[in-house]
Amino acid sequence: MIRPTQSEWKLAGLAILGLGTAALLPVVDEGYYLSIALNMALYAVLCTAWTLFSGPTHYISLATAAFFGIGTYAVALGIDALPFPVLVGLGALGAALLAGLVGAATLRLSGVYFVIFTLGLAELVRQLVTWAQTSFTTSVGLYVFTDFTEKHIFWMLLALAGAVYLIGWAVNRSRLGFAMRIIGNDETVARHVGINTARAKVALFMLSGAFIGATGAVLAPRFAYVEPTSAFNPMISFQVVIMALLGGTGRLWAPLLGVIPFTILFDWVTARFPNHTSLVIGFAFMAIVYLVPRGVSGLLADIRRLSGRLRIAFAEGAGRR
Amino acid sequence: MSKGNILTVDGATKTFGGLVAVRDVSFEVAEGELLGLIGPNGSGKTTMMNLISGALKPSAGTIRLDGRVISGRPAHEIARRGVARTFQLVRVLPGLSVRDNVVAGAVFGHSRHWGKDAETLAETLLEQVGLEGRGSAPVSTLTYIDQKRLELARALACNPRLLLLDEWLAGLNPSELRIGMALIRDLRNEGRTIVMVEHVMDAIRSLCDRCVVMSSGSKIAEGEVRAVLSQPGVIEAYLGVEDA
Repeated sequence: MIRPTQSEWKLAGLAILGLGTAALLPVVDEGYYLSIALNMALYAVLCTAWTLFSGPTHYISLATAAFFGIGTYAVALGIDALPFPVLVGLGALGAALLAGLVGAATLRLSGVYFVIFTLGLAELVRQLVTWAQTSFTTSVGLYVFTDFTEKHIFWMLLALAGAVYLIGWAVNRSRLGFAMRIIGNDETVARHVGINTARAKVALFMLSGAFIGATGAVLAPRFAYVEPTSAFNPMISFQVVIMALLGGTGRLWAPLLGVIPFTILFDWVTARFPNHTSLVIGFAFMAIVYLVPRGVSGLLADIRRLSGRLRIAFAEGAGRR
Repeated sequence: MSKGNILTVDGATKTFGGLVAVRDVSFEVAEGELLGLIGPNGSGKTTMMNLISGALKPSAGTIRLDGRVISGRPAHEIARRGVARTFQLVRVLPGLSVRDNVVAGAVFGHSRHWGKDAETLAETLLEQVGLEGRGSAPVSTLTYIDQKRLELARALACNPRLLLLDEWLAGLNPSELRIGMALIRDLRNEGRTIVMVEHVMDAIRSLCDRCVVMSSGSKIAEGEVRAVLSQPGVIEAYLGVEDA
């Protein structure tokens, strides 16, 4: 239970190899491919962080934009005063605190009530920031000038991805991760074997929020001009849910299987149908829910089981002959 | 409060709106005792169990475990203090292996284990309840009685001061019933303190030291099993009043 198993070492090796290869991409191309890879890395971190909490609990959170925006604003507000890594840390901390507050207040809510509350929360934070900026400052936005180019942001996102996988793996094999699996199975049983279910859920929501906040902070230099509509864009929340569900939430790496195809699809749609993006994305979402309800990872598991059965059937057929 | 009592229920009352599910019930359970909680359907037995385990909070009265008040505390805290239970409708964790179902109790219950320790304990308990060698199997492969065994092993893994069995023998066929009763007898011989809600009168007669009888939410009798079951009030509660 404590030491990594052989297959986990193999996965870790694959992950390092994958991240390492990805990190070499800017050497080859700094244009279109880097930009699309950056989007993939961005949503890989966001979706994996989202899945940390929503995977085991099955709570659909639409607060991603709120945590993300807090991170972005931490950088935008402090870029002239503090070093960038400190600001990323502050963004993570701020998002975690908000997650803690929200969690303590709302994790008693279940199902659709939680979804609506988190959506409302993201909107509330956005309106508050807009109000504060128009009331106390002269402009609605903030400039973020750094020396970072796309490739630096890409590398930072890859580092965050590495961190989210490592911590997600550590959580999964900790008491907290085990508690979450039990809660996801049957919350009543969880309580009666001695698990403080509320505390476990809030802790994980905060961890998930912290990663989303850090991602928002890292992305601030890419915006250059930060305003509430871009930092707290609700599309971020929806896309994260769609991609994570498309990939599947059962495994730590599963969201990646949704992020890669969806980022490519999204890029194609925005290029081909720039005026009907929402419409096409909406259809894509419906198609995903109807056609791959358990995500790509669930589909893969089905295929593996089916092929296993076929192989047995073939072997039996051959034996008879 | 006398020494040696693990559980002391004092005037426990639970109302749901206008309905009084449990009315001013008091009883004690001594260390190592197996107490039967019986009564007709709807008499408030399961509500009483829920009050002890913390699934519900009493509207009035106090419940003590080892002399410390547990009533009104959250369920997870009561579980850690040492109350473990099984459920009237069996509840296993379908997404976990058989072994991990038991490890759940070992990790978070009254005695907290982790890692190899918890797994070893789980294997021992699986063997005790008759599921040896099944640890890696998915829960979906278990029969009904095996699920009940698994639930019992999970409760035992908490190493409880007090074990609550809510109709644990219900739904078993005659040969399974014999196995189940032998299991509970072994637990009593181990010195476990148990409260069991049960409709199987054979089990109450042959296993329990004492029993408490509830009817319409109130305690109507308490004492040595045979004596209690022959009291007119108890017979009346079960069979109704004889027509004049």
